[in-house]
Amino acid sequence: MELVLSLAIGVLFGAGIWLVLRPRSFQVLCGLMLMSYAVNLFIFAMGGLRVDRPPLTPAGSVPDPAALADPLPQALVLTAIVIGFATTALYLVVMIGARGITGTDHVDGQEPEP
Amino acid sequence: MSWSEHLLLAPILLPLLCGALLVPLTQGWHRLKFALGYASVLAQLACALVLARLTDNGHWPEGMGVYLAANWAAPFGIALLADRLAAAMLVLTALLGWASLHFAMLRWGRIGVHFHPLFQFLLMGLNGAFLTHDLFNLFVFFEVMLAASYGLLLHGYNAERLRAGMQYIAVNLAASLLFLLGTALIYAVAGTLNMADLGARAARLAGQDAALLQAGAAVLGLAFLIKAAAWPLGFWLPTTYAAASPPVAAMLVLMTKVGAYAILRLSLLLFPGGELGTALLWGGMATIAFGAAGMLSTESAGRMAGYAAVISSGTLLAATGYGQPALVGAALYYLPGSTLAVAAFLLLIELIDRIRTPRNALLAVSMEAFAVEDVPREPVGRPVPAALAFLSLAFAACALLIAGLPPLSGFIAKFAMFHALLDAPDGEVPGAGWALMALVLVSSLVAVIALMRFGVRTFWAGSALPPALHRSEVAPVLLLLGLSALMTVQAGPLVGYLGRAGDALHRPADYAARVLGQPPVPAPREDP
Repeated sequence: MELVLSLAIGVLFGAGIWLVLRPRSFQVLCGLMLMSYAVNLFIFAMGGLRVDRPPLTPAGSVPDPAALADPLPQALVLTAIVIGFATTALYLVVMIGARGITGTDHVDGQEPEP
Repeated sequence: MSWSEHLLLAPILLPLLCGALLVPLTQGWHRLKFALGYASVLAQLACALVLARLTDNGHWPEGMGVYLAANWAAPFGIALLADRLAAAMLVLTALLGWASLHFAMLRWGRIGVHFHPLFQFLLMGLNGAFLTHDLFNLFVFFEVMLAASYGLLLHGYNAERLRAGMQYIAVNLAASLLFLLGTALIYAVAGTLNMADLGARAARLAGQDAALLQAGAAVLGLAFLIKAAAWPLGFWLPTTYAAASPPVAAMLVLMTKVGAYAILRLSLLLFPGGELGTALLWGGMATIAFGAAGMLSTESAGRMAGYAAVISSGTLLAATGYGQPALVGAALYYLPGSTLAVAAFLLLIELIDRIRTPRNALLAVSMEAFAVEDVPREPVGRPVPAALAFLSLAFAACALLIAGLPPLSGFIAKFAMFHALLDAPDGEVPGAGWALMALVLVSSLVAVIALMRFGVRTFWAGSALPPALHRSEVAPVLLLLGLSALMTVQAGPLVGYLGRAGDALHRPADYAARVLGQPPVPAPREDP
């Protein structure tokens, strides 16, 4: 599972970097989204990969740390998703605005000289 | 828990509540929005001043006030902490926010919707970033600050601002991802995100874990260096500063300092031995050189101010990396001075632009190019209009501050840094120290040349029209320059205070003991 997850993170991040370096702003946006997915998976993996372990204990029982997943990365990922989503949406708005005002979707706001 | 601990939360809660209150008010209520925002900024200033006083008068042990959010003991909950450095940064934020908001009263607050709420959220993010001592919470406050700054940067949007905004947002989103990566790596190794706890645990790591921690810290540091505009990561900065509206650009100056602040705090905490120092030192020096070259190369005043901010950022990074406590204290005195100076310059540029007719600029350039001998004779003894005199004097003061010439605080700051550099503990100043001094001197010279060139072209070439200035635009510039003058007059106490702030940063053990030892508030007894 570790191998699959790390490969997935690597491929997502690599694809994201390639897209971020592209000249069209929509590609940059997609790249940023792929990179943020990769980062979210990465944070998730940093708490350790465990199957079938709850992050919270039922009330009244004596908690056994070995039987639990680390809840903190899950909370962090949740926050990171929300923030990443909001800022990416903002970038989309700016992108549309730039497209409308400059008339091109090039990241520099003008087409390169031929 | 006394009132003073609750006061720690005020610099975050005040702008949050005020900003939330301002969102539903429509643009027609402009005066009310401005008044509420203004009151909130002044209240934050009062809080910050009280906090600065409390940290230094022995009210709290070690001069650190700790607030356990949600009342969880330190490594588990989120700890807010005000020490001397954080309090000083809060004061700086409130002062700069005051000046910027005042400047925005007449025009800039009205050029788009939601200027005032965004401004409050920006202040909240800044204050939170200075107060929080938890890595992930730091990320959250960074994002609050950045999201507000994206909105503010695009205010009154035109093609130039959108183009700058596209770069700025993309770069900062990528930096935020690096921030998360670094934080996740550090959590994986150390198992904590609380900075005080982290410092203690980092010292105990060895072998592979230590290497992983260093990798995490490097990725995290990269994110901070992008925000601090270190070379070669600061390419976005001059364009952004030149494009933003003046009050927003003045606040952006402070945002570069947040990166430098985080690096200062974390580098001393994670690597007290100074393994990180060399990289920061040389990176900082490269940044100074880059900023100096940029300042000399540009004609636009906005870009010049941006490069001046890059120089001051580089100076701070180099001082952090040099690894001498006295130098850190001096650099902490340099930080507010340079921030205020560049911010005042950015506000001033907008006013100066009103006297620069295109004809003047053309004449100035052609005069230099063709060495025109017979300058048209101006009538001698023409009375100088007061507004023009104010602009030129304020510009001269900004130039003195940025270049670090006497008698204003820029000189004292650079002098204090040189003093600390020459006063090496073992009596021998290393080569890096001489290199840093030479670079700071050269960058000052470059700043003098660049600003003189701009000043001569603006105020002396051709006939400048007396500009129309409003009180609300003059007052903030006067306030910022007056603060710099005050910093000069009160240099003794200030250097002392900031020196103690720097010393406290070099004693991470006391800091950890203070944060981790803070007891939660006992639960209220239930009455039978």
